[in-house]
Amino acid sequence: MSPTILNLSKIRYGYPGGPLVLNDLDFNLHAGDCIGLVAPNGSGKTTLFHIIMGLLKPLSGTVEAFGEARKAEADFIEVRRRIGLLFQDADDQLFSPTVLEDVAFGPLNLGKSRDEAVAVASKTLDFLGLSGFENRVTYKLSGGEKRLVSLATVLAMEPEVLLLDEPSTGLDSSTKDKLIDILNGLDLSFVLISHEFDFLSKTARHIYTMDGGRIRFDEEPHIHTHQHAHLIGKQPHRHV
Amino acid sequence: MIRESFAEGKSWMHGIDPRLLFMAFAARLDFREVMHRLLAPVIFLLLLWAVLPWSYEGDALTVLGPVVITRPGVTLCAQISLKTVSLTVAFIALVATMTVDTLGHSLNRLQLPDKMVHMILITYRYLFVLEQEYQRLVRAMKIRNFHPKTNLHSYRTYAYLVGMLFVRASERARRVHSAMICRGFNGRFVSLREFPPNPRNHVFSLCTTLSLVLLVTLEWVKGANP
Ligand SMILES: Nc1ncnc2c1ncn2[C@@H]1O[C@H](COP(=O)(O)OP(=O)(O)OP(=O)(O)O)[C@@H](O)[C@H]1O
Ligand SMILES: [Mg+2]
Repeated sequence: MSPTILNLSKIRYGYPGGPLVLNDLDFNLHAGDCIGLVAPNGSGKTTLFHIIMGLLKPLSGTVEAFGEARKAEADFIEVRRRIGLLFQDADDQLFSPTVLEDVAFGPLNLGKSRDEAVAVASKTLDFLGLSGFENRVTYKLSGGEKRLVSLATVLAMEPEVLLLDEPSTGLDSSTKDKLIDILNGLDLSFVLISHEFDFLSKTARHIYTMDGGRIRFDEEPHIHTHQHAHLIGKQPHRHV
Repeated sequence: MIRESFAEGKSWMHGIDPRLLFMAFAARLDFREVMHRLLAPVIFLLLLWAVLPWSYEGDALTVLGPVVITRPGVTLCAQISLKTVSLTVAFIALVATMTVDTLGHSLNRLQLPDKMVHMILITYRYLFVLEQEYQRLVRAMKIRNFHPKTNLHSYRTYAYLVGMLFVRASERARRVHSAMICRGFNGRFVSLREFPPNPRNHVFSLCTTLSLVLLVTLEWVKGANP
């Protein structure tokens, strides 16, 4: 069995004045896992990610990451260095005026020199096919570009684990394919929230879902029929 | 829309190190755009011109029916107008020719406290987000056929609009802070930007300093023999 990265047990969380969003939730992540998380809107997926990163403190339960219990703010500094979180809204993630500065922000915080930070940032941008974006102004990017640049800001920190909150929303199909290739090419463990089964089936190896504030493990593929619209759908075609 | 239309030009003024403090034709700005920006102060000045010349005490310049136009009134108006216009033009030429991030980093180099500089930068960055959010709210109102009128419904809608903007702004600030923490932010910003030394900077700062000295001397000479 590969080493356990995350071990959450009996996590309870509710926003102030609201009902419990996470209710006795248990969750494990092992090195090399590629997990897809599909659950209805408002079921607490984003909340779970924020608990893992220590941005929200659970009412009860324990968060264990990289073999150590994480409770205080200081415990999470290492967690945040080793786990990269891609936010659901790219506008939350990008705050520097230019793309290069934003991507270099994380590496600089990790104590890299300017030259090193710029080198890492450029390399990451290149890797994502964003070369030439260095001096673009972050708030003047399109929605999809913002998403990719956000991903670059996370990858530039060279994390061991990625938590991706709906990375595929707002991307066109070719950019989405690119993202699929990138994810499959990275040697990282990740948890991926998405509402698109097509995207999930090409990236995740296990699909989890959430229900009643808990994670359910939904491994078996279900046979079902569905209806959808697509171009030239009258031609014989195959779904994979 | 918030635009940085002057920051996008490519004259030598744009290329010069903005750490130096400094003018409008040199910056080759679009004349019409400058006029457009001057409109606001000019309207204010017109108001002054409408009031000051006849309400200020002093010897008469001309008499228009029952109204006496005084000489000191007109002089004062002219002075204020000249100062306002030249200040605005100077500001457009010197400050508006750089993007705000350049401004921020320059202030940083001028030893302004880090916190203040970052407040300026982040305020500016999220001004755009807020403005987009405002546009989004307004659009949402428009497509549902909202036409402002003088009735309670309109007032309430505008109050919601403003309230939503505040709430969203503070929520946004919280989330952005979270995102920064996730990337190892510990309260200290490190800036990437550097301005390479350029001989033009020295020439420019020398000229500016000389003209400043000249102006101060003139002022002093004038003060000495009134
Ligand atoms: N800042 C907040 N304050 C109060 N309640 C919140 C806040 N954020 C989320 N909630 C509530 O917590 C619940 C879970 O929200 P969460 O964002 O985790 O859902 P999600 O699974 O990520 O949904 P989605 O698929 O729409 O992104 C929702 O019912 C939501 O209304
Ligand atoms: Mg969510």
